[in-house]
Amino acid sequence: MLSSRHLLGLYGVPKKDIELILDTAKTFREIIERPIKKVPTLQGKTVVNLFFESSTRTRISFELAEKRLSADVLNFSASTSSLTKGETLKDTVRNIEAMKIDMVVIRHSAAGSPHYLTQLIAANVINAGDGTHEHPTQALLDMYTIKEKMGKIAGLNVCIVGDISHSRVAMSNIFGLLTMGANVAVCGPKTMIPRDLEKLGVAIFTKIDDAIKFADVLNILRIQLERGAASNFPSLREYHRLFGITKERLMKHNKDILIMHPGPINRGVELSSDVADGSNSVILEQVTNGVAVRMAVLYLIGTRTEEN
Amino acid sequence: MKILIKNAFLVDPQVNLNTQGDLLIEDGKISKIDSTIKENVDEVFDFKNCVIVPGLADVHVHLREPGREDEETVQTGIEAGMSGGFTALCCMPNTEPAIDCAEVVTFVKDRAANSLVDVYPIGAVTKKREGKELALLGEMYEAGVVAFSDDGEPVSSSKIMKYALEYSSMFDLPIIEHCEDKSLTENGVMNESVNSTKFGLPPHPALAEVIIALRDIAILRYTGGKLHLAHISSKETVEVLRQAKKEGLNITGEVTPHHFTLTDDAVAGYDTNTKVNPPLRTNSDVDALISALKDGTIDVIASDHAPHSIEEKEWEYIYAPFGMIGLETSIGLTLTKLYQDRILSLEEIIFKMSINPRRIFKLKEAILKTGALANLTILNLDKEWIVDKFSFKSKSINTPFHGWKLKGKSVGVLNNSKFFFDDKLIDLV
Repeated sequence: MLSSRHLLGLYGVPKKDIELILDTAKTFREIIERPIKKVPTLQGKTVVNLFFESSTRTRISFELAEKRLSADVLNFSASTSSLTKGETLKDTVRNIEAMKIDMVVIRHSAAGSPHYLTQLIAANVINAGDGTHEHPTQALLDMYTIKEKMGKIAGLNVCIVGDISHSRVAMSNIFGLLTMGANVAVCGPKTMIPRDLEKLGVAIFTKIDDAIKFADVLNILRIQLERGAASNFPSLREYHRLFGITKERLMKHNKDILIMHPGPINRGVELSSDVADGSNSVILEQVTNGVAVRMAVLYLIGTRTEEN
Repeated sequence: MKILIKNAFLVDPQVNLNTQGDLLIEDGKISKIDSTIKENVDEVFDFKNCVIVPGLADVHVHLREPGREDEETVQTGIEAGMSGGFTALCCMPNTEPAIDCAEVVTFVKDRAANSLVDVYPIGAVTKKREGKELALLGEMYEAGVVAFSDDGEPVSSSKIMKYALEYSSMFDLPIIEHCEDKSLTENGVMNESVNSTKFGLPPHPALAEVIIALRDIAILRYTGGKLHLAHISSKETVEVLRQAKKEGLNITGEVTPHHFTLTDDAVAGYDTNTKVNPPLRTNSDVDALISALKDGTIDVIASDHAPHSIEEKEWEYIYAPFGMIGLETSIGLTLTKLYQDRILSLEEIIFKMSINPRRIFKLKEAILKTGALANLTILNLDKEWIVDKFSFKSKSINTPFHGWKLKGKSVGVLNNSKFFFDDKLIDLV
């Protein structure tokens, strides 16, 4: 059983919990290859997808996972934050809870919103991305993919490339991978590396060739222009020149590196098409695994409630 | 009316007083101090196990009136002050409208008239605190302000800061700076550190504080005048203040109890009551602040009492306003953290919370000597108590210290012929 009734982030989540999620996901990964992809596990449970920030793939992935577990699904989307509408998060969420729901999947632009939610409502809370803080299910699916492809996580050299300071994906990956015993590095412009990151036990590269030399796995992040990343570096062209992953660059090092990307890709910026679509790329498998991993999280949290 | 205060310990370094004794107060004045006084009086108060010190002053509070009377008023601020052990408060001008002209100064003073607590408004440096043009400093001086500040905001323009120091020097009043380079803090909500990285919150670096402190010191060196740095939070700022004092500049500095008690670890649960500006820093900053109190670099402990309504604080961390209340926890935290741990003596604390602030801002003197106006605070240094925000006199409850166990508390204050004790206000005339 998981140690917590919520999944707010991967910071502090014990190794056995992560292992349990990844092992459970393996079962669901098999199920979604079957002709009939649905199991009755969460029948009668109501899950609300509370998305205060626009999202396509994460929301669809969660929705699919919920439906395949036979949960009743409610989608609440607001492209702007609740603040601009004049209603507090507290009121929005309490209103929805009053409709008798069991689980909330929340995405919000403010770090800590899922934590705040747990103080307001009794439902289980799953963080689907909070500001620049954490995006735990993304990191879990990344780890699942690494384990599936490389056979292990411990001892691997994983480098996350790009805009680390605006990335919840990076933070969740860092926390999760460190717990699982990987060697973790980041690579990106100095202006996009958050303060004191090395104190978490993360190596920092500012030259992409050093990162490639180090890595067994490259997890390449999108430049988050919508989070104000554009002021942290001079231009996308220069970013591509210094940090873009191209086939040519990888060839120079003559090694097999797993190429991952949480999507959506800015082709020609952080990643060239020949790498994104190349034989080492597992970007689409990540998407498939994402559904299985989210099913595992929903299942483990949803059934945990029943035991309480 | 004649009252006799018996068996207290009397401490006032201004007159080298540190002894058990009795205090006779006649019509609000100290008429006799002796080891034992026998006299026919109207009432006797036994303060065995208590210490009587000069009335404490909190020179950095936000009383929210006019404008946000739902959060605090001058009157509830006074009550919170009395309950917290203060006989003088200096209130910041970030009201609505701002205290930027004589009328608003007078309005606030009138609200505080005939109170036990003396309330001294601080005038804005610039009109509407917009940072563009000097406010009516001369007019406000005549109306009775004790300093000028745009607190909440820095004086961002170097030119305006230069004018402010030059102009205020004509009245010999200090400019109080809220040191923050806004281009560095932008949307920042917590100290930039490994914790902001971990918590994913936009950073508000200590660098922003020291840059404005350094700039202001350069201007002060050039113009003369008096500069007071509000709520110093970082070791870097402590060091530049220390150097400026060595150089002989007319500069003073202040720290809040929350900055020397908490670190940015407190932000972990996203409790918006830990969101303050400047933000809570790190252990090494706390150590530097405490050393600076010890060696005299920091002159004043002030609360930066900043009331906010529940509705305003019940938001996501990035949206909630900055500020926590402090009037009713200030002396408790100071005694717990600094006195009980033997970092500062009681005399040193009296300097930081009464003598120094009164001298810097030229407030009414508080001194334990025969013939002086009785202006005093009664402390119980050994009293252990649990902070209960619901018992506060303040209109707001935004404190992260709810439930904390503290040692040392104010049990009463006496000033202006009024005596607040045991939750009762007694008129001594």
